[in-house]
Amino acid sequence: MRIELEKRPDVSKLFAFVSPLLALVLTLVFGAIMFAMLGKDPIAALDAFFVEPLLEVWSLHELAIKAAPLILIAVGLAICYRSNNWNIGAEGQFTIGAITGSYLPIVFYDWHSPLVLPLMLILGALGGALFAAIPALLKAHFNTNEILTSLMLVYIAQLFLDWLIRGAWRDPKGFNFPVSRDFAPEAVLPAIWEESGRAHWAFIFAIIAAIGVWFMMRYTLKGFEIVVLGQSERAGRFAGFSSKKMIWFSFLFSGALAGFAGIAEVSGSIGHLQPAISPGYGFTAIIVAFLGRLNPLGIIASGLVLALTYLGGEAAQLSLGVSDKVTRVFQGLLLFFVLSCDTLIYYKIRIVWSRLRGRVA
Amino acid sequence: MSIFEAILLTVITASTPLVIAALGELVAERSGVLNLGVEGMMIMGAVAAFAGAQISGSPYVGIVCGIAAGALFSLLFAFLTLTLVANQVATGLALTLLGLGASGMLGEAYVGMPGIRLGEIVIPVLSDLPVVGHVLFRQDLIFYLSIALVVGVSWFLFRSRTGLKLRAIGDNHGSAHALGIHVIRTRYLAVMFGGACAGLAGAQLSLVYTPQWAENMSAGRGWITLALVVFASWRPWRVFAGGYLFGAVTILQLHAQAFGLGIPSQFLSMLPYAATIVVLIIISHNRRTTLINTPASLGKAFVPER
Repeated sequence: MRIELEKRPDVSKLFAFVSPLLALVLTLVFGAIMFAMLGKDPIAALDAFFVEPLLEVWSLHELAIKAAPLILIAVGLAICYRSNNWNIGAEGQFTIGAITGSYLPIVFYDWHSPLVLPLMLILGALGGALFAAIPALLKAHFNTNEILTSLMLVYIAQLFLDWLIRGAWRDPKGFNFPVSRDFAPEAVLPAIWEESGRAHWAFIFAIIAAIGVWFMMRYTLKGFEIVVLGQSERAGRFAGFSSKKMIWFSFLFSGALAGFAGIAEVSGSIGHLQPAISPGYGFTAIIVAFLGRLNPLGIIASGLVLALTYLGGEAAQLSLGVSDKVTRVFQGLLLFFVLSCDTLIYYKIRIVWSRLRGRVA
Repeated sequence: MSIFEAILLTVITASTPLVIAALGELVAERSGVLNLGVEGMMIMGAVAAFAGAQISGSPYVGIVCGIAAGALFSLLFAFLTLTLVANQVATGLALTLLGLGASGMLGEAYVGMPGIRLGEIVIPVLSDLPVVGHVLFRQDLIFYLSIALVVGVSWFLFRSRTGLKLRAIGDNHGSAHALGIHVIRTRYLAVMFGGACAGLAGAQLSLVYTPQWAENMSAGRGWITLALVVFASWRPWRVFAGGYLFGAVTILQLHAQAFGLGIPSQFLSMLPYAATIVVLIIISHNRRTTLINTPASLGKAFVPER
């Protein structure tokens, strides 16, 4: 048996839409098999993982909380990936954004003003952008591989946070636990609808960012530039676009969004700094970006789907007694199926059973 | 044993997994495939080796399990990128994410369990030599394998006919295909060799380096491996040298902590990652030499015309 690919004359519009859905279905099928192998009833397990978290209002709020950073980061990454800049270090930019944004509520604890929160968010975005500027600078001027540099910086950012929290920024009244002071009320991102759950404004910002970037990609010259440079650097150069400037633009933009997501998460959901502030949002956002077809509106949908895997993982841990690592496995599988189903957009797949066909032809 | 010997031993232990995994990746990249999933394959190898050793009671069975796990896991990558021509960068990331998740799940039962350490093999006569005897000839099997791999891969790539074909595919898959060389088949084998090496490197982590299982215990070594291949400009002996340089930086950081230099431990722990970045800058700075050394088809998909 052999698998042969035949290039389609045109990109298949049908499969561009169907392939992520197909990937979701395949992930669920494999998930069911996995649960069965773990000795759980697959239907009940999938129900607990993917359906039950959607049935209660407070749980929907949690979904929005987890989807917000994923959407924010993935929208920025989509610009990078579309323009062929492989920023893999969003997790680090997220962490640095959380740190720079927390500067005001931790160091200037006594400064109470309505300005605190907006300044924090700006500082967070700036921090993320500055941290993303490192791989951008190295790629633009030293031709250094941005995948590796941005990733190494993730480890550096996490160690830096660890040092801060155990040293200068440790809460003096924290019984020696590695946490910072709790943020004052005016430094906390407010809830959207307090009566029913915890979801805060980060989700609204995420939707605004996604729509804004969608508009930019679709209707502005910048969007056109991103796509052209991503598809062919040569073609972009002839059109007068600079790939160097695009490196800077895409990294600063995605870094700013990741940093913003970082401070929004710390301020809205956690309320203080601690050594672990992200369950891998920066990496999961890569899956979100691809599942959403690198399209900002698609990313809103895929961000919600991936947020559900986090919620489902927590639920499954409690109700099924399954390890919370199941979440990561689901996420990895999903990315695999998204990538393989994407082949259908560009190619017809033929399975050849006979060994002779090649010789006859 | 002198302090000098002791330090040398720890440097070797830290360098061996880097050298092995980087050699595997080097072969895959020489064939034109960029597999960013080293971290994932390594951690799968580590958990499989640990589990295999626990179940069978023998670390040697563990080594075999680690190699097999790495190779099988890399098949997923090969199928997606070679048969379905999926994007290599994204697929490699998927492999790493899946590997970190799956290893965490599979290894949950083994967390905190005392491990089985791979014993050393004492080579008669040579091991009695002063200094080098203790350091080089009283080592575990995986260290000897790493040396054999450097020699073997170097011979294979530059002295054997198949190695020549493999390099030809990496430099121009179109021409190689026209000459009747099996591009896809060779790449499958190269990717699986890379996976097997990453698996063996993982086995070293959970059987020699720290004989136990901990989640994410590969700690970014797979990524450092990728940088190492660039650093070595795709040459096996330079991988060997680079691997030991990185291993030395890792150990330097540990010893500096012990000496209490007054530098916070977190900053010292950043050293290997920072060193990776610095090395990448130095290597990539000269655009022309990088272009000459990089396999020309690296990362590009191949679809045979029919």
